[in-house]
Amino acid sequence: MKVLVTVKEVAEAADDFELAEGALDIDERYLEYDLNEWDEYAVEEGVEIAEESEDVEVVSVTIGPERSEETIRMALAKGVDRAIRVWDDTLEGTAFLDVEARASILEAVVAEEEPDLVLTGVQAADDGFGATGVALADAIDFEWAAVVNDLDLDTGDGTAHVHRELEGGVEELTDVSLPVVLSIQTGINEPRYASLRGIRQAQSKEIAPYGLDDLGLDAETTESTLSLTSMYEPETESDATVFEGSPEEEADQLAELFGEMGVVEG
Amino acid sequence: MTVLALAEHRRGNIRPVSYETVTAGRGLADALDTELHLAVIGGEVSEFAEDLNRDGVDTIHAVAAGEEFNHDIYTQVIESLATDLDPRVVLMPNSVNGLDYAPAVASRLSLPLITDVVGFDAGDTMTAIREMYGSKVETTIEIDADRFCVTIRPNEWPAAEGAGDAEIEEPDVEVDESRVGSTVTGFEEVGGGDVDISDADVLVSVGRGIEEEENIELIEELADALGATLSSSRPIVDAGWLPKNRQVGQSGKVVTPDIYLAIGISGAVQHVAGMKGADTIVAINTDPNAPIFDLADYGIVDDLFEVVPELTAQFS
Ligand SMILES: Cc1cc2nc3c(=O)[nH]c(=O)nc-3n(C[C@H](O)[C@H](O)[C@H](O)COP(=O)(O)OP(=O)(O)OC[C@H]3O[C@@H](n4cnc5c(N)ncnc54)[C@H](O)[C@@H]3O)c2cc1C
Repeated sequence: MKVLVTVKEVAEAADDFELAEGALDIDERYLEYDLNEWDEYAVEEGVEIAEESEDVEVVSVTIGPERSEETIRMALAKGVDRAIRVWDDTLEGTAFLDVEARASILEAVVAEEEPDLVLTGVQAADDGFGATGVALADAIDFEWAAVVNDLDLDTGDGTAHVHRELEGGVEELTDVSLPVVLSIQTGINEPRYASLRGIRQAQSKEIAPYGLDDLGLDAETTESTLSLTSMYEPETESDATVFEGSPEEEADQLAELFGEMGVVEG
Repeated sequence: MTVLALAEHRRGNIRPVSYETVTAGRGLADALDTELHLAVIGGEVSEFAEDLNRDGVDTIHAVAAGEEFNHDIYTQVIESLATDLDPRVVLMPNSVNGLDYAPAVASRLSLPLITDVVGFDAGDTMTAIREMYGSKVETTIEIDADRFCVTIRPNEWPAAEGAGDAEIEEPDVEVDESRVGSTVTGFEEVGGGDVDISDADVLVSVGRGIEEEENIELIEELADALGATLSSSRPIVDAGWLPKNRQVGQSGKVVTPDIYLAIGISGAVQHVAGMKGADTIVAINTDPNAPIFDLADYGIVDDLFEVVPELTAQFS
């Protein structure tokens, strides 16, 4: 069996950030890159499946620049067997890669790798689109389930028994037939830390570089009727009274407020 | 030509986000000078249709197909309705079920998709507004297409209120069962147990800013000193540091205490969904741009590890 785990390196903005000139993104100096939180759980789920049965290969795919190799290596260090990184000048020059384009690129990778199971994160922490996995499933004609926080894979009868985490502390129990794309929710497992041995082994694992043309695609794939036209800091809606001073002074003022509100009697 | 909005129901009840899609859909229909159609799929559709007949809806399509939500059925039904109605916009909620069918609908219809939209600007070209980087920035996305799909963020548009006079249709939509590869077998309530944080008058809530499991104690001590109840954001529960029944938010509990003290919590939209109804919100966070301050009545922009022990000392 082959498991394909899609991963994305995401950026997080520093506390005091500035927008880049031209302002279609935050200035790179204020961005810190890491593996997407949701993908960490997807990676762990894939690796656990491989550990529980024989002959399971786990392959990760990412769409991202060379910088992201460092992040992808973390997935390899945690037990992913090999990785694919899709990038080229066309992608580099695309300011906004829409859902359809991402799904098309991943569809081409699926055609090449022929996985039985695809795991994605529910959403990427930076743009929060939350659509790639299900769009991919439809494109490749797989079944799917979004926001999965429990998975019991029965390859014998070709079914994934999943829990989908709904709103308000309710989970939906669903059976989906394989092959399937599952978008994985945080908390489904406990992502491991990479061991030193794992980190060493990851150095010799393959990260295969692919361009769009290697996948039989071209610039048309990235064309979109959607374009990112601006990014700005929203006007603050805050009318909070901010207590100032040393930590002790701040705590004093808050304690006084709590006193006035009659907090402690209870 | 229409705007086609989708309602949502679960276990026999219409979900509130449905009335928000009516409001957002009406706005788009006005901007595009077209009608608002609303579809409700599965369950007691006739009853649902009555309930959804609010001011602003022109036509309701009540499609009997299954009981509960099933993405394969939804996708097929919407594809079929869209083929008949040729909607300019297919408008869906960015709910957990929305995440499970909206991308498939857009893919089936070969339409562009923008998710989690918080506003529209219908100028010469239609523009959608959405947030990025954990609500720290907003972006505008221009839609250079005659037809598109969107999902809207819950709790951003007011619910449609007044009674409407929509035409109610109950079309027969053929579902190809061979393309239904998923079955809902049940529901499970999680997060029960001895503590019900939604009963508490004062909640002291801890987030990822606490960094390590052993530091939770610091917050526990404060909660004890204040006679308050301890709650948390999701990452604390995901990490197994506190049980699920302590989680505030979209997938946890909705709480409405007199005082909600958020410590090291950024104020992500799914967290805010669970605590925005608190009377008084206080935030302690090192990041002055953290979205939690948009909601807070009182704030301290400082290191929790310095402030919290001082605060605890005041009450011990
Ligand atoms: C489908 C779905 C459902 C979800 N449901 C929920 C839900 O029910 N509840 C929920 O909470 N989340 C939920 N989330 C997750 C949500 O998107 C956020 O990831 C989460 O709320 C972030 O938690 P946080 O604020 O504790 O962490 P972060 O966003 O990482 O914020 C940590 C904060 O701590 C501050 N900080 C760091 N160090 C210090 C310090 N020393 N002193 C003071 N402050 C400090 C930082 O400035 C930051 O603002 C859901 C997500 C999805 C996709």
